[in-house]
Amino acid sequence: METKKRIILGLALALGWTMAAQAQVKVGVTVSATGPAASLGIPEKNTVEMLPKEMAGQKIEYLVLDDASDTTTAVNNTRKFITEDKVDLVMGSSITPNALAMIDVVAEAKVPMISFAAGDKVISPVDEKRHWVFKTPQSDRMMTEAIVEHMVANGVKTVGFIGYSDAYGESWYQSFSEAAAAKGLKLVVNERYNRTDTSVTGQVLKIVGAKPDAVLIAGSGTPAALPQKTLKERGYPGKIYQTHGVVNPDFLRVCGRDCEGTFLPSSPVVVAPQLPDSHPAKAAGVEYFQLYESKYGKGSVTQFGSYVWDAGKLFAAALPEALTKAKPGTPEFRAALRDAIEHLKEVPAANGVYTMSPTDHLGLDHRARVMLRIESGQWKYIP
Amino acid sequence: MDSSIALILTQDGIVNGAVYVLLALALVLVFTVTRIIFIPQGEFVAFSALTLAMLENGRFPGTVWLVLAGGLAVCAMEAGALVARHDWRYRARVLGWNLVYPFALWALASLVDWRGAGQLARIAFTLALVVPLGPMMFRVFFQPIASAPVLVLLIVAVAVHVALVGLGLWMFGAEGYRTLPLWDENFLVGPLRIPGQAIWVVGASLALIVLLAQFFSRTIYGKALRATAVNRNGARLMGISPNLAGRLTLMLAAAIGAISGILVSPITTIYYDTGFLIGLKGFVAAIIGGLAAYPAAAAGALLVGLLESFSSFWASAYKEVIVFTLIIPVLFWRSLRTHHVEEEEE
Repeated sequence: METKKRIILGLALALGWTMAAQAQVKVGVTVSATGPAASLGIPEKNTVEMLPKEMAGQKIEYLVLDDASDTTTAVNNTRKFITEDKVDLVMGSSITPNALAMIDVVAEAKVPMISFAAGDKVISPVDEKRHWVFKTPQSDRMMTEAIVEHMVANGVKTVGFIGYSDAYGESWYQSFSEAAAAKGLKLVVNERYNRTDTSVTGQVLKIVGAKPDAVLIAGSGTPAALPQKTLKERGYPGKIYQTHGVVNPDFLRVCGRDCEGTFLPSSPVVVAPQLPDSHPAKAAGVEYFQLYESKYGKGSVTQFGSYVWDAGKLFAAALPEALTKAKPGTPEFRAALRDAIEHLKEVPAANGVYTMSPTDHLGLDHRARVMLRIESGQWKYIP
Repeated sequence: MDSSIALILTQDGIVNGAVYVLLALALVLVFTVTRIIFIPQGEFVAFSALTLAMLENGRFPGTVWLVLAGGLAVCAMEAGALVARHDWRYRARVLGWNLVYPFALWALASLVDWRGAGQLARIAFTLALVVPLGPMMFRVFFQPIASAPVLVLLIVAVAVHVALVGLGLWMFGAEGYRTLPLWDENFLVGPLRIPGQAIWVVGASLALIVLLAQFFSRTIYGKALRATAVNRNGARLMGISPNLAGRLTLMLAAAIGAISGILVSPITTIYYDTGFLIGLKGFVAAIIGGLAAYPAAAAGALLVGLLESFSSFWASAYKEVIVFTLIIPVLFWRSLRTHHVEEEEE
């Protein structure tokens, strides 16, 4: 009898002790480190490892799961974070369909979430469910405006468009055609191709035939190189614009000579060291740039990883206020953390300056985008 | 649309079609000999292109690990079979091809500076790496279930394909690669600008078709494969091992796939998962040939290439839809023309 009591007491003590040790802040991160979005997810996963493990006197535990670019898996990961791990904050996922599907789960459990997916629908309009959701990447509209402004300033009157034949290309076409119409640019040709296509000769012939002053290629990563190479091959003389989706070293490697002189909008982080000192995103950008390069090699920085870094910045800025309201691991703390993120003002980060409000859960402005030009295989900042 | 655009589109369609021809032939070959609807065919294309790109960039090709793992798996399975039958005659051959050879490749891959080697040496090494994957795949996945119904073989083929795509991501990463062209010249013929690589693609496809025809009509192994395709049991009674026929077939399929990959990688960017879509278009062509007739499959492949090229000009958003819809009238026509034969269950 005595032994049994002792064992029970010992177990109770041990249990209590582990409970105490677990009093820390838990963050569940789901990224698309494999599957079609792997080129986004891998730098994001790398960046999670660089986030601070201790903030405001609290140990931060990051639980990272791969959702294989799959919506169902992203939802399952989120459920696991919430029910099994009892996380205080969810981060992810890399792509818009996954992030959209996760909204229901976090809203139901009342857990704040910061998305790395760029789609506007993730955070707007801020309704009862999106109340809990924030995101760090610039919206496509900010980027299309940058492109259109640059085109108008450089005397472009007519534009051709070629994009993916899926939701990505369609949403780019929507936002670009609206922005172009607003500034009086004429969209003369609209073509589509697939990420896995081995030839875009037909589409390019049509574009070259329409003789636009400039062409916008709405692709992402290395598949965006194919239309550009074919345009050059067919002797297209005009300006070529790419989107911020191509900013990774592999795109430069695959596109090579054919990409010289291409214009594209981007997050300032990609060219952080080239920015003027007065730029508000320079300090945080350079910090991230150097940390990432020292860990993963020269020329390895992409904006995708910086979305995670900035999610970490928002979290770090909101954490002290949330800690004054409640203890981590409680529903009150999660609500306080959400409120604190929504109240953030002028937080300088690698992608720009974040000022959240009850109607704006992105909080970036024109300081969050720059125009780049590809020169001798490098991204060059154009002021 | 004027005549010069039509010519350029035709040229583009023929170059793409030439690759689909090779894949369609490989699919027909594998199906007639082994009854496998060979979904992983496209993976050979992607793996050889990416292996070549890795060698060009001075990186260690992950395919070496795949060959090593495949070799070890074959050794383990053969050892089980040999012990059960007390038959040790083939031990030297099994060990030679599945243990010594992969390790020799591994040594070559790590010791030789492939970036400095010539393009032809890199291509030869790529073939040496990718081609043995075919027979290994047959031995490990298909030989144990060689007499299963077509559906089971198809399901296993899909599973192998999914596994290989996953391994491809792990071995080569998510981003695409292009390799150096074999021939960087351009020729101007009227309004056409013909890149040297396009001549290579078409020429090599034609040469390969002639070689295959010779192989099937003149060599004893080729005739053995044809006999197996005509009647599996009959061929077996004539002393043709179905296992040997299967291994040989998949070796040919792997070789055709690997050569296709090397041919197309300078004109398009290849990703770890590109193989599936290229293979699928080869499959549409093979269906046009009823998965049995080589000339019809080849003609179908050219048709797919041309259709793809012209539809990308007229209605680029619906290109894939148009290409894959082609299969519906073809199936309809075939089902009207041929009477239905119940599949033999063994």
